[in-house]
Amino acid sequence: MIPRRTPLALFLRNPTGVAGLSILLLVIAGALLAPVLFPDDPLDMVTRPFVWPLQDAAYPLGSDSLGRDVLAGIVHGARVSVLIGFASTVVGVVIGTLVGATAGYFGGRTDDALVRLMEVFQTFPPFLLIIVLVSITEPSVATITLSIGIVSWPTIGRLVRAEFRSLRERDFVLAARGLGYSAARIVFLEILPNATAPIVVTTSVTVATAILNESALSFLGLGDPNLVSWGSMIGAGRDQLRTAWYLAALPGAALVLSVLSLNLVGDGLNDALNPRARGR
Amino acid sequence: MMPQPLLDVRDLFISFGDTAAVRGLDFTIRRGETLALVGESGCGKSATALSLLRLLPPAGRVVRGSILFEDRDILRLREKEMRRLRGGAISMVFQEPMTSLNSVLTIGPQITEAIRSHDRISARVARARAIELLDLVRIPEAHRRIDEYPHSLSGGMRQRVMIAMAVACRPRLLIADEPTTALDVTIQAQVLELLDHLRRDLSMGLLLITHDLGLVSDWADRVVVMYGGRKCEEAPVETLFRSPLHPYTRGLMACSPKLASDLFFRNGRLPEVSGSVASAADVAGCPFAPRCASALDSCRNVRPDAKPAGHRDHLLACPVHAPAEHALAFG
Repeated sequence: MIPRRTPLALFLRNPTGVAGLSILLLVIAGALLAPVLFPDDPLDMVTRPFVWPLQDAAYPLGSDSLGRDVLAGIVHGARVSVLIGFASTVVGVVIGTLVGATAGYFGGRTDDALVRLMEVFQTFPPFLLIIVLVSITEPSVATITLSIGIVSWPTIGRLVRAEFRSLRERDFVLAARGLGYSAARIVFLEILPNATAPIVVTTSVTVATAILNESALSFLGLGDPNLVSWGSMIGAGRDQLRTAWYLAALPGAALVLSVLSLNLVGDGLNDALNPRARGR
Repeated sequence: MMPQPLLDVRDLFISFGDTAAVRGLDFTIRRGETLALVGESGCGKSATALSLLRLLPPAGRVVRGSILFEDRDILRLREKEMRRLRGGAISMVFQEPMTSLNSVLTIGPQITEAIRSHDRISARVARARAIELLDLVRIPEAHRRIDEYPHSLSGGMRQRVMIAMAVACRPRLLIADEPTTALDVTIQAQVLELLDHLRRDLSMGLLLITHDLGLVSDWADRVVVMYGGRKCEEAPVETLFRSPLHPYTRGLMACSPKLASDLFFRNGRLPEVSGSVASAADVAGCPFAPRCASALDSCRNVRPDAKPAGHRDHLLACPVHAPAEHALAFG
């Protein structure tokens, strides 16, 4: 018998996946350590304005038009991006999995109704829907998280529904029903473990999309005004784009790296978890 | 007076859309007895089995008839009561052991799940019971095997695990739908021996669904031969193999190399039942008439009912091949 490698081992043999994971861990570490590395409020004025990067050792990435430390802003911005990115994805995955599993497993009219619901959500341009949801509520981390989550669940819902529709026809589901298991037991304990691979892969991309959406919101000034975020830094640096381009470029680079790392992790997970992609 | 049967199926009629799969089937299973349901693919055996647990696919429907299990009509139970019955009093072993186990879970949780869905016991007790069950179905090193994934077990072992799950709550009726079709011949005998052993130990009724007459002659007490969704002959196993009456039963036995011993060492062609079961789809009379060598004109128009033929327990749905005094009764 050929020794089976665990998905983790397969993932760790994939150079791009490992590269993505390394960057992602760096971003998460920055987010977690921000209060330790930069205990002061990153919105405080700490030095003279427009210090260019690599000129003052105390402020290696320079300062902005109000004399705020750019590095502190980027590290604290990672906190907001990581928090909102992951939390909104949890919201989206939980709703999407519940709705998708219900629709896919039960089929029939339940399925029709839930698919219509997903379609209703998908007819709205997602970013417009986020703006609407955030502007009718107070912009805070909680409402932004919820809004982005509400926009992202239909994608996951459709995926889970498709998985469940094919899995429910499998013999082990019939066998489980023959043993008198309840529908909830079959859905969560029998079918869901078989559907985790595509959900996990999609989740990494959903986190990336959520981070982008949060940045876009704060770029437009619709984010939480009391928090520094990559999007709001890019937005503030926009006016000095010709004189101090680094103010927009540095948080932009942080954003690009985070999103790229999540996509690389997603590809790596896909290769490791998807048996058809193995052995390429 | 005969004791009350464990399962009493009367006039069962199942259709898939406009196609009838089972058309008026009657049979009974007594406590602790093995009844074999025999017939070729597409004659309604599996539909019958699934209907006993109300697990027919959405397209399938029981049009009429009753299924009495211990005097309760299964078709009238509420879904909740039905769920308690499944895996509890009535259990089923499926044809495909390779795909009937959940491949992402080790077998331990799958067996304990089967136990705990009916008995409220702690995880620790359930695990001990699961190991006992694996011992009972003769899986070596049960305490180690319980933590393995299905892919590391052979087909025979997986079928034993399925059987362990099915008998976990001591069912009174076990339905085995072609339990050995996917297995090697040597493993087949072991699995059937195990089923027979469990039947005696747990005094279960066993409904053995198969197309293999060799298995039937070895393990069944009584046999129902089905064709085109109807019963064509029913008899105790010795009677059936000594004096098969229905032309379809005779045809089936003639095609079995084990029984036609003079063909066993020759290169001669095996006899076959010519034609296909599809021809039974829209016949007004006897479903076997289009393939039957001795069919009369009346066979195509008048549907024969199963009537006693000679022995009291021997039922036959064929006026042509009935014993002489019996044929007269058909008029």
